[in-house]
Amino acid sequence: MLEITSITKTFNPGTPNEVRALRDVSLRLERGSFLLIIGTNGSGKSTLLNAVAGTFIADAGRLLLAGQNITRWPEHRRAKLIGRVFQNPFSGTAPNMSIAENLAMAARRGRSRGFGWALNRKLREGLRDRIRTLNMGLENRLDNAIGSLSGGQRQALTLLMASWLKPELLLLDEHTAALDPKSADQVIRLTHEIIQRDKLTTLMVTHSMQQAVHLGDRIVMMHRGQVLHDLQGPERARVRPEDLLKRFDDVRRREQLDATVAEMLQRNYI
Amino acid sequence: MTLLIGASTIGLILALLALGVYLSFRIFNFPDITADGSITLGAAVTATLLVRHVQPELATLAGFAAGVLAGTTTGVLHTKFKINGLLSGILVMTALYSVNLHVMGKSNVPLLNESTMASQAESLGLKWFHSAADLDVFGWTVGMRDAATLLGMLVLVSVLGLLLYLFFRTNLGTAMRATGDNPQMIRALGVSVDFIIILGLALSNGLIALSGSLLAQYQGFADVQMGIGMVVWGLASVIIGEALVGSARIGLLITGAVMGSVLFRLLVAIALRWGLNPNDLKLITAAFVFVSLVAPALLRKFKPAANPKPAAV
Repeated sequence: MLEITSITKTFNPGTPNEVRALRDVSLRLERGSFLLIIGTNGSGKSTLLNAVAGTFIADAGRLLLAGQNITRWPEHRRAKLIGRVFQNPFSGTAPNMSIAENLAMAARRGRSRGFGWALNRKLREGLRDRIRTLNMGLENRLDNAIGSLSGGQRQALTLLMASWLKPELLLLDEHTAALDPKSADQVIRLTHEIIQRDKLTTLMVTHSMQQAVHLGDRIVMMHRGQVLHDLQGPERARVRPEDLLKRFDDVRRREQLDATVAEMLQRNYI
Repeated sequence: MTLLIGASTIGLILALLALGVYLSFRIFNFPDITADGSITLGAAVTATLLVRHVQPELATLAGFAAGVLAGTTTGVLHTKFKINGLLSGILVMTALYSVNLHVMGKSNVPLLNESTMASQAESLGLKWFHSAADLDVFGWTVGMRDAATLLGMLVLVSVLGLLLYLFFRTNLGTAMRATGDNPQMIRALGVSVDFIIILGLALSNGLIALSGSLLAQYQGFADVQMGIGMVVWGLASVIIGEALVGSARIGLLITGAVMGSVLFRLLVAIALRWGLNPNDLKLITAAFVFVSLVAPALLRKFKPAANPKPAAV
């Protein structure tokens, strides 16, 4: 279970570039639930994911994950509980190392790393079997450098790596946004399979209304560093892509008006 | 023959420098200038201890340990105090100049009659071959001291190179390579990038100091100036090695760095014999590294002109 309580983050405080990226965000994610976060550019959805992952330490608020207070844990310590896939397919793998070595490192996520061999026959066989399930023909290329693979293949492997040791929380940050439509479909299908099979608690940021509607059991829409809508239960079940787009339009329209004008119009017409 | 053996021996000793430079420059992509100071540090510590009649093995080990300490300092400056990597190295290197003077108490410590690793190799050789001071190798007369030192270095460098290779295949070593390749990824897999960088720089400078320690024992003195330009020499060896093996496999690159170092010293020895002014050595080395860094990009630039792409259909 993930519990985000009143998380606040301001970048460049006290300067003209001050950005209040997260304003008092609170979310409670039950074990095994799959939450999708949508929002306009700069709404704070990726920042929220990074706050949970520990890319930075929040200015205020509290983070609880699997019963542990991780608020002040550095990023690499949180990795013991969290698996991540990044937006950039190059971010999640070491390009000059082999497929097998990359997966072997993921097989020790958050564990101690000593002088034991990184790869042994048993682990290799295990890797091969899991990679075969991707149906990408990569099981015969275990010793190839990951840098020689396509973005879609790399993202599929990153997903496999992030979920290898069933994490308490899986973070997916627009992990199909940089892929071509066909690879994106493939990776989304794989995402769905893995999360279903392992019942992973998941937080996924997406730009795609289709993905938001077809995946997961809850949708949160963020705007200006705050949670604007939180759709769950029957409301979530009824929602269609058009409904989400309409909510985006509402936000955009409100955005175009000056705050005081908006208030006046609201008073007069609503 | 003596020239070739001498050059090969120095090449093997400086191969440890090349391995250290390979670790920082190539594995971490970290331009660690500390090397110039730590190679002298290793020499200074070992020479000072040898003059006080400490066992050569212990004195050599102490030189290695001093390098580990220097590398750790650079690593801590860079990771904990967020100082630019290049600057961290420059700071520690500059500080080490004074440290080295303090360790030696003067700018030069000669090792005349002290027992060193080189003299130990010689006595070991004499014991094994029950012969006089000279060996007969394919008709060449070779001093026992030279032959034994060369052989000893060959064994030592092979063992250390093998250990380094094996280390890179352990969980820790794999994490170290990944730290240089993609820090974001390895952090997300639970590795403290700071710790690995400190560890890597410690190991790198330990090897470099060991190289300095052995160099001092071979040439018979430690000098406070001996480290100047060593980073570039190490880098030149690594680059030659990469060209020699032409592969990205880690084992071959380690072998390449060793071969590159020996080849580089041989080239230097031959060039000097032909009348190259020793004062120009560092300029030429720097120019060589510059060309090797720029040439691949230039070649890529000219290649498309040579093989024009087929027109789009």
